Amino acid sequence: MIRSEILKDIAPIIRDHLVVCNIGLPSQELHLIDDQPTNFYMLGTMGLSSSIGFGLALAQDKPVISIDGDGSVLTNLGTLPTIANNATGNYTLLIIDNGSYGSTGDQPTYAGRKTSLAAVATACGCDNVVEVQDKDLGPVLRAAIDSDDMTIIVCKCDSGNIKLPVITLDPVVIKHRFMQAVAS
Amino acid sequence: MNIDKRICDDLVANDVSFVTTVPCKQLAGVIEEIDQRSEIFHIPSNKEDEGMGLCAGAFMGGKRSAIIMQNTAIGVTINTLATLTQFYRMPLPMIISYRGELREPVACQVEMAVHTKALLAQMHIPTYHFHWQKDVEEFDNILKYTFMCNKPVAILTDANFWGGYGDQ
Repeated sequence: MIRSEILKDIAPIIRDHLVVCNIGLPSQELHLIDDQPTNFYMLGTMGLSSSIGFGLALAQDKPVISIDGDGSVLTNLGTLPTIANNATGNYTLLIIDNGSYGSTGDQPTYAGRKTSLAAVATACGCDNVVEVQDKDLGPVLRAAIDSDDMTIIVCKCDSGNIKLPVITLDPVVIKHRFMQAVAS
Repeated sequence: MNIDKRICDDLVANDVSFVTTVPCKQLAGVIEEIDQRSEIFHIPSNKEDEGMGLCAGAFMGGKRSAIIMQNTAIGVTINTLATLTQFYRMPLPMIISYRGELREPVACQVEMAVHTKALLAQMHIPTYHFHWQKDVEEFDNILKYTFMCNKPVAILTDANFWGGYGDQ
């Protein structure tokens, strides 16, 4: 499965939850598949999906899912010790690991070679790290959201992209409707 | 006047309850003070752009947030300031130790100091420079201004403000 197929697969699971979605194609795909006010689309700032989602999870009680990518996590590896050492049960980090920088032309990442992000997360002190194959993600993600423990999921999948338009929503509109959803 | 306490008092009075920090020698006292305040959740960051992400999330979660860092961080956070904090119009008080200014003992710190105000000006970030301890009296107003206009705002605090480095 490629990332867009995974997002289609998990859309019903994450629909009613707060989602912070990674820059580029992941946000464009989620926007196309199932746009919700509970989705915060990152339009810039590669690497910070996990940090934004984690700050949100610490600030309020609703479940939060950060959808991140292997390349983006590699950009902000310092996020994993921060998350591990301040764990909050309402947070799930979903790393869709296709071993490539999808939004920029599928150049390979080190996660697709020798580096195991699951092992990195564990070494950083994250207690619940699950590596899962794409087709098996749904039940694992649902369990992570329902659990009182913070979970880091590394979902291994194929690289590949679909053609789709950029998000033209104004960033202030994205933020405004998201904050209303958080507060509701 | 204890400026560490004063800064924390003003943060609490302005309902800032989420603070992330990347340490600096000059900031050790204020970070220690923040750690002791039950009204403030303190989460250290490994890098300043990560901290700005945490602050953005906390803000959207309903908490006023702030970052405490060194001016060298301006060199690594330009993209985050532009494409996250400014693009989505989020308030962010940035309490910044202004290394490389008067009474600085480390020459290398001057290399970023000479760029700091120019970079902040280029980013159209409202910037205040605390040089004397009495300058802290403006901090409360700066916080109110930040949350009024939903912008990142820089408060540069130099070595003279913090009392210098011992006999230097």
